[in-house]
Amino acid sequence: MSGRVLVGVKRVIDYAVKIRVKPDNSCVVTDGVKHSMNPFCEIAVEEAVKMKEKKLIKEVVVVSCGPQQVMETIRTALAMGADRGIHVEVTGKDYENLGPLQVSKIMAALAKKEEALLVILGKQAIDDDCNQTGQMTAALLDWPQGTFASELSMEGDKIKVVREIDGGLETVKINTPAVITADLRLNTPRYATLPNIMKAKKKKIANVKPADLGVDITSRLEVLRVDEPAQREAGVKVETVDDLMARLKEAGRI
Amino acid sequence: MAPLVRIFSKSCRQICRPWGACQAGWRSRSTHPATETSTDQGVVSFPPLQTFSEEESMMKEAVKKYAQERIAPFVSKMDENSAMDQEVLTSLFEQGLMGIEIEPEYNGTGSTFFSSILVIEELAKVDPSVAVLCDIQNTLINTLFSNLGTAAQKEHYLSRLSTDMVGSFCLSEAESGSDAFSLKTRAEKHKDYYIINGSKMWISNAEHAGVFLVMANVDPSAGYKGITCFIVDRDTEGLEIGKKENKLGLRSSSTCPLNFDNVKVPEKNILGQIGHGYKYAIGMLNEGRIGIAAQMLGLAQGCFDNTIPYTRQRKQFGQRIFDFQGMQHQIAHVATQIEAGRLLTYNAARLKEAGRPFIKEACMAKYFTAEVASLTTSKCIEWMGGVGFTKDYPIEKYYRDCKIGTIYEGTTNIQLSTMAKFIDKEYDH
Repeated sequence: MSGRVLVGVKRVIDYAVKIRVKPDNSCVVTDGVKHSMNPFCEIAVEEAVKMKEKKLIKEVVVVSCGPQQVMETIRTALAMGADRGIHVEVTGKDYENLGPLQVSKIMAALAKKEEALLVILGKQAIDDDCNQTGQMTAALLDWPQGTFASELSMEGDKIKVVREIDGGLETVKINTPAVITADLRLNTPRYATLPNIMKAKKKKIANVKPADLGVDITSRLEVLRVDEPAQREAGVKVETVDDLMARLKEAGRI
Repeated sequence: MAPLVRIFSKSCRQICRPWGACQAGWRSRSTHPATETSTDQGVVSFPPLQTFSEEESMMKEAVKKYAQERIAPFVSKMDENSAMDQEVLTSLFEQGLMGIEIEPEYNGTGSTFFSSILVIEELAKVDPSVAVLCDIQNTLINTLFSNLGTAAQKEHYLSRLSTDMVGSFCLSEAESGSDAFSLKTRAEKHKDYYIINGSKMWISNAEHAGVFLVMANVDPSAGYKGITCFIVDRDTEGLEIGKKENKLGLRSSSTCPLNFDNVKVPEKNILGQIGHGYKYAIGMLNEGRIGIAAQMLGLAQGCFDNTIPYTRQRKQFGQRIFDFQGMQHQIAHVATQIEAGRLLTYNAARLKEAGRPFIKEACMAKYFTAEVASLTTSKCIEWMGGVGFTKDYPIEKYYRDCKIGTIYEGTTNIQLSTMAKFIDKEYDH
């Protein structure tokens, strides 16, 4: 085992931006809009870098799929402490249709190629909220998965993962190699300090295409329409319970 | 303009080349050119002044985020208490903001002057006091040590300055502000050391500084040619740091008087050469001027950014106050002034980096942005109405903070006189 961790990072519209849908309802407006690293991906990078600082692993390799602009996201991860980057080049229509299935195939191929000990991903992306890539990657690799991780600890060649689930916290111990997805409380991502931004300039970013990895990225999904959420309408106040019953009957609710 | 004069006086054959192409020749000698784009015809086009290298963009983003999250929460309290929070100071060092141009071998960030300018601008949008602390450290203290320090001095001080030590620049005295070179602080030579006596006034960062760069005269009979720069450590006997001033603005930046009572300084603590202090002071202040311009620029922009959302929200007479034509015209005017100030500042910084003459442009940038900051903050309070006048909103702080811009690091009158001297020379041939 190489002691190498693969971290996937996604370039998404910045969380603070007000999202607008294109007039033709085909997709969301992305031109000229501020983009940044998906917040859960930041947490994933931070966890990997922390593990390296504790000398639990040897190398952090960060991966992003997309056009030229994702290099910015990879550089930010390098400035946080990742050792090198891999830019999987996907452009145009292919990029618009890139979803968890395709990305997980790419991650699985890279995990094998890089002989990764761990693959750490954010639990979901804030643009599509799919929450699928981590799970699919594990399935494709036939590796154990520790998803929604709020705490990680290495115990020999196993990993103890505390998972945030609906009922509370669940602790599991899984074998390595494994796939982990990071949840909000796993850690607080560090700032890229200015000296680290400078150091990141010297770190290498390799460029590969999905075909080079033997991955077919054709999508099985077609987006038909994108709409904004319905505007919230004003409520109505009623004076008595009888009024309420009458209104509800009127609206066909009872 | 000065460069144009030079071409003609050299009777260069390249006169027939268009002005733009001549600039291209110079531009290629700059150490950090902005990314130039080529059109399909293979002609190099000149990017707008607001074009940054990838490194500069990343720095700007990183500092913006850091300032919003780690400084903004403390700003109001620091202003009220007239004190810089220790956590803010520590995090400034941690982020590498106090050693931007210092080389990595001394623990610095190893970046460029323009990066410093962007950092100062971003910090000033959140707190101009923090920005001035960072500006003085980077553009005055670090630059003086880097340019003039002996290997031993650099070894001893630069790694501390980038890691945990703040520096102060001591030139002004009670009796000498604009007339800086009439300073009275005296350094008497004895064998291999000097005894410094005198006092300094208006010294920024003094409360936290671990090292002071003191301008003292070793030979008053030589006039300003006796001024020498001494490195004085904080714990030197006889150095007394007075109580900080209770100021109108920039309150969390400490400004103290200093007293030198037979302060003994070894000869090896002279920075640069004896009697050359006046040159160093002028040189550094020319660069520091661009830093102050960046501070005033950030101040104006930060104030403006905090005000416009209010004008878009606030309704009177059934419409947003932003939509009244009177407001729109004022807002557009102020936005134009800020943009002009930005271009002056960025251009002065790029000129300096390119090794081209920049003093007149630096003066213009500092003078103009200080005026713009005054105009912007004043207008912003008016646009906010009553709430602009209260301490519950950040606008009034910007209004108080901006006034010093027309005064320190060269008053507006001095800037104008300096510019006039250059203009006069331009018509000399």
